[in-house]
Amino acid sequence: MHAHIYTLALPEIVLACAAMALLMVGVFKNDSTRLVGWLAVATLAVVAWLVLQLPDERQVTFAGMFVNDPMAKFAKVLILLGTAGALILSLNYIQRENMNRFEYPVLFLLAALGMLMMVSANDLISLYMGIEVQSLALYVVAAFRRESRRSSEAGLKYFVLGALSSGMMLYGCSLIYGFTGTTSFEGIHASIGDIEHAGLGLLAGIVFLVAGLAFKVSAVPFHMWTPDVYEGAPTPVTAFFAVAPKIAALVLFMRAMIVPFGEITADWQQIITFISIASMLLGAFAAIGQRNIKRLMAYSSIGHVGYALIGLAAGTPEGVRGVLVYMAIYLAMNVGAFGVILCMRRRTGMEEDIGQLAGLSRTSPLLALALGIFMFSMAGIPPLAGFFGKLYVFMAAVNAELYVLAVVGVLTSVVGAFYYLRIVKVMYFDDPVEPFEPVPGMEMKVVLTICAVFVMFFILYPAPLLTGAEAAAVALWPS
Amino acid sequence: MSDWPLLSLVTFLPLAGAAFIFLFANGEPAVAARNARGVALLTTLITFALSLVVWGAFDPDNPGFQLVETAAAPWLAEGIAYRLGVDGISLLFVVLTAFLLPICVLASWVSVTTRVREYMIAFLILETMMIGVFVALDFVLFYLFFEAGLIPMFLIIGIWGGARRIYSTFKFFLYTLVGSVLLLLAVIYMYFQAGTTDIPTLMAYDFSPEAQTWLWLAMFASFAVKVPMWPVHTWLPDAHVEAPTAGSVILAGVLLKMGGYGLIRFSIPMLPLASEYFVPLVFGLSAVAVIYTSLVALMQEDMKKLIAYSSVAHMGFVTVGLFTFNQQGIEGGIFQMLSHGIVSAALFLCVGVVYDRIHSREISRYGGLVHRMPVYAFVFMVFTMASVGLPGTSGFVGEILVLIGAFQADTWITFLIATGLILGAAYMLWLYRRVIFGELTKDDLKNILDLDRREIAVFAPLVALAILMGVWPDPFLNVMHGSVEKLIGDYHAALDAAQAVTTASR
Repeated sequence: MHAHIYTLALPEIVLACAAMALLMVGVFKNDSTRLVGWLAVATLAVVAWLVLQLPDERQVTFAGMFVNDPMAKFAKVLILLGTAGALILSLNYIQRENMNRFEYPVLFLLAALGMLMMVSANDLISLYMGIEVQSLALYVVAAFRRESRRSSEAGLKYFVLGALSSGMMLYGCSLIYGFTGTTSFEGIHASIGDIEHAGLGLLAGIVFLVAGLAFKVSAVPFHMWTPDVYEGAPTPVTAFFAVAPKIAALVLFMRAMIVPFGEITADWQQIITFISIASMLLGAFAAIGQRNIKRLMAYSSIGHVGYALIGLAAGTPEGVRGVLVYMAIYLAMNVGAFGVILCMRRRTGMEEDIGQLAGLSRTSPLLALALGIFMFSMAGIPPLAGFFGKLYVFMAAVNAELYVLAVVGVLTSVVGAFYYLRIVKVMYFDDPVEPFEPVPGMEMKVVLTICAVFVMFFILYPAPLLTGAEAAAVALWPS
Repeated sequence: MSDWPLLSLVTFLPLAGAAFIFLFANGEPAVAARNARGVALLTTLITFALSLVVWGAFDPDNPGFQLVETAAAPWLAEGIAYRLGVDGISLLFVVLTAFLLPICVLASWVSVTTRVREYMIAFLILETMMIGVFVALDFVLFYLFFEAGLIPMFLIIGIWGGARRIYSTFKFFLYTLVGSVLLLLAVIYMYFQAGTTDIPTLMAYDFSPEAQTWLWLAMFASFAVKVPMWPVHTWLPDAHVEAPTAGSVILAGVLLKMGGYGLIRFSIPMLPLASEYFVPLVFGLSAVAVIYTSLVALMQEDMKKLIAYSSVAHMGFVTVGLFTFNQQGIEGGIFQMLSHGIVSAALFLCVGVVYDRIHSREISRYGGLVHRMPVYAFVFMVFTMASVGLPGTSGFVGEILVLIGAFQADTWITFLIATGLILGAAYMLWLYRRVIFGELTKDDLKNILDLDRREIAVFAPLVALAILMGVWPDPFLNVMHGSVEKLIGDYHAALDAAQAVTTASR
C-alpha cells in the first residue's frame, strides 16, 4: 500500500506519453509510418516489460479507482501481445492499401491504453473511462479508409451502436450508484453485504451494466454490429478488434461482476448463462452460411465469446481461470488466422471469399497448413491448443453443476466444427484456383510461425499459462 | 532394456517418422514420393518390431497393467498426467495396429500417386494416435488420442478418397465428434468425483448408481458410434466406400476396435451397475445390427459397401460378447475384434486389388476372375471363409466363444445372433461366387493380371495369421486370460457390493 500513487500506473503513463511522442515524430518527419509503426511495437514491448515488473500482490491507487493484481497483469500482457501482433500484421498492409498514415499505429497505442485502464478499473467511473478511451480510438481505426464506403459504414455503425451501449452502461452505473451509494467495486460489495438477493433497483442496474458489457464483448443479443464491422473494417483492424478489445472487455466483465456482486451470484448467473448459450448457438449456426471469411470470423468470435462466458457463468475461480486460458489461446489462434487472411491477396487486390482459398494446400502448402491448424484448433480438436481452452471452461461448468450449459456447449462445438472444417475442405480437397501473391514481408512469416507453433505445441508444456491464469483468477476473490 | 520407455517409443516412433518426412523428404516430387514411401515403410516396420518386443516383455500371469510409465509432474491439472501401460486386453490391439500399418503402406505403394508425402505423414500420425489410444492409462490422455485421430483420417478420406469423399468424410468426422464430446463431459465429471483421471484408480472408484447411468450413456454415445452399433452405423458404409484402400483397412482394422476397446476398458469396469442395467439395450441393438445389417449386406451391389455392412454385423457379435460378462464371451469378443481386424482389413485389400486394375467396385463388373487370377482367388477364398467363420480360421474361434458365452447369458440372444452366421455365409459366399466364379465374359477382365510380388507380400502375413489364429489361438488367448478374469472378478464384486448395500438398507 506504500507504493507511490503513480508507480502502479507506470505502464499506462509510459504508453500515453509514448503515444503523444510518436504523434510528434509523425508530424515532423515525412513518410514515417513504418518508423512510427515499429516504434509503436517497441513501445508495446517496453510497456509489457514494465507490466511484468509490477508487484504480484493486489494494490490499489488513485483513491482505490485503479487496481493492480495478477489478474490485471495477466490481461495486460495478453492485450499488449494482441495489439503488437495486430500492428505487425498491419504494417505491410497499410502501405499497400493506401492507408499509409502515421496516425494508424498511434491510434492502436491509444486503444491499448484504454484497454489497460479497463482491466485495472476498480470503480464504475474508471471502468467507463477506460472503455471510452478504447472505443474512441477504435471507432476511428474502423473508419480509417475514408474513401472506402464499407470502411466508413463500419466505423459509423460501430460508433452509433457503441454510443448506445455506453449509454445503457452509464444508466446501469447510475442505478447501481443510486442504490448502493458508491461507485467503488469494493464499496458496492460492502454495501450489498451478505444478503441473498439484490433489490429490484440494483438488479436493474446490473442488467443494464451487463447489457453494455455484452455489447463490448459482442455477445448475443448485442452482437448485431459484429459481422458488419468485421467485414467493413480494413482486415488488420478486424484482426485487432477480434483479439485485444475482446480480452479487455471480458476481463473487465469478470471483474465488474465478481468483485462487487460476488455475493449475489445467483442474481446474475442466469443472465450470463443465457447470453452464453445464445452466443454459442448463434455463433455456430449463423456462421454456416457465410461466404466471406471475415464475416465467418465474426460469427466465430461470437461463438468463442459464448464459450468463454461459460467460465464467467460458473462464477468460480476455476471458471475465471478457464476464461483466461481460453482468451490466451484464442489470441494466438485469431492473430494467426487473420495473418493468413491477410496473405489472401492477388494482383487485383485482397480476396475475402472463402472459395478463393480453393486448393491452397497445393499452391502454398505451408500457408494452408497454418490455417488448417488454426481451424482445427478453433473447432476444439485435440491435440491443438483450442481444445484445452474449451476443456477448462467445460471443467468449470461441470464442477459448478451447470450441466445444461456444458451439454449445449459441447454440442454447439460440433456444429461449429462443421464450418471450420469447411475451410479445411476448401483448402485441401478442392481443385486449386489461381495462386496468391507470395507472403508479404518477413514479419508476417514470423508471426504466423509463432502462432502456429504455440497452437500446436501448447499440449507439451501448458504449465506456465495455467499457473499464470490460476494466480490471476484467485486474485478476484478476497482472501 | 527394461528401463527403456518401451510404450512411449512404440507410440511416438511413427510421429518421429512423420516429422522426418515433413522436414527432409522434399525436392523433386518423384524423389520425395519415393523417399516418403521408404521412410514410412521403415518406420512402420520398426514400430511393429518394437510392438513384438512389448509382447515379449509382457508377463501374461500378471493381470494388472504392465510396462507402466508415469510422468511425475501433473500435466493439465492435479491428477491428470501422462501415464502409459498395457494389460492383456490392450496389448494385442497395439500389436494389431502396428501389424496393419506396414501393410497399409505397402498396399498404397503404387495406388497412391498424388501427394504421397502428405499421405504417408497422415498415416504415420494416425498410427501414433491409434497406438496411443490403446496404451493410454489416463482417461484424458486416452481422449486426446481418441479424438486427435480424427484429423488425419478426415484428411485421408477427403483428399485421397473417391467421388463422394467430401460428404463421407464430413459425416465420419461429425458423427464421431458428437459422440466424443459427450464422452469428454463424462470424463470431466469423473475427474471431479474421483480427483484423478488415472484409469486404474477410476476402475476401483465406486460411482453412485444414478451417476453411473448418465456416465454410461455419455460414454456409450461415443463408443457406440465408433463400434459402430445400429442405428448410428450409417457413417461407416459411406466412409468405407469413399476411403482409399488403406484408409478402409485402418477403419475396419483398428478404428472400429477403439469403440469395443472403450466399452471393455471404461464402461464395464468403471460403471458396472449401469453396464448390468443396460445389458438389454446392448443385446437388443446388437441383435438388430447382426440381422438387419446382414440383410442389407445381401442386397449391396458395391463390394466395399457389402464388406462395410458385414463389419457392422461382426461388431454386433463383439458387443454381445463383451456384455455377457463371462470368460468365454469377453475373450470371444476381444478375439473376434482381433480376427475381424485382420479379416476385414484383408477383404478391403482384396477389393483394392481389383479396384486398382479395373477402377470399379461394382460386383456386376466382375465375374470369372478365377480363370485369370488363381492366386487372388485363393487369397480371397481364405478371407471369405474366415469371415464366414469356417472352423480352422480365426473367425470361427471368436464366433464360437461369443456364442458359448452368450448362451450362458441369454439363449434368445444366442439364437438371434446365430442367424447372423447363416446370413453371413449367404452374403459372403454369394459375393465370392459373383466375383470369382462364373464365365469370364467382360472384355477388360480377359487380360487382368494376377497378384504381383508386392501384393503377395501384402497378403502372405494376413493369410498366415488368419489361419494360425484359427488352428492355434492359445498364444493370443493366453495373453488375455489374466486380465479378463480380473475384469470379471471385479465386476461381480462390484455388483455384489451394491447388492449388499441395497439389502442392508432394507
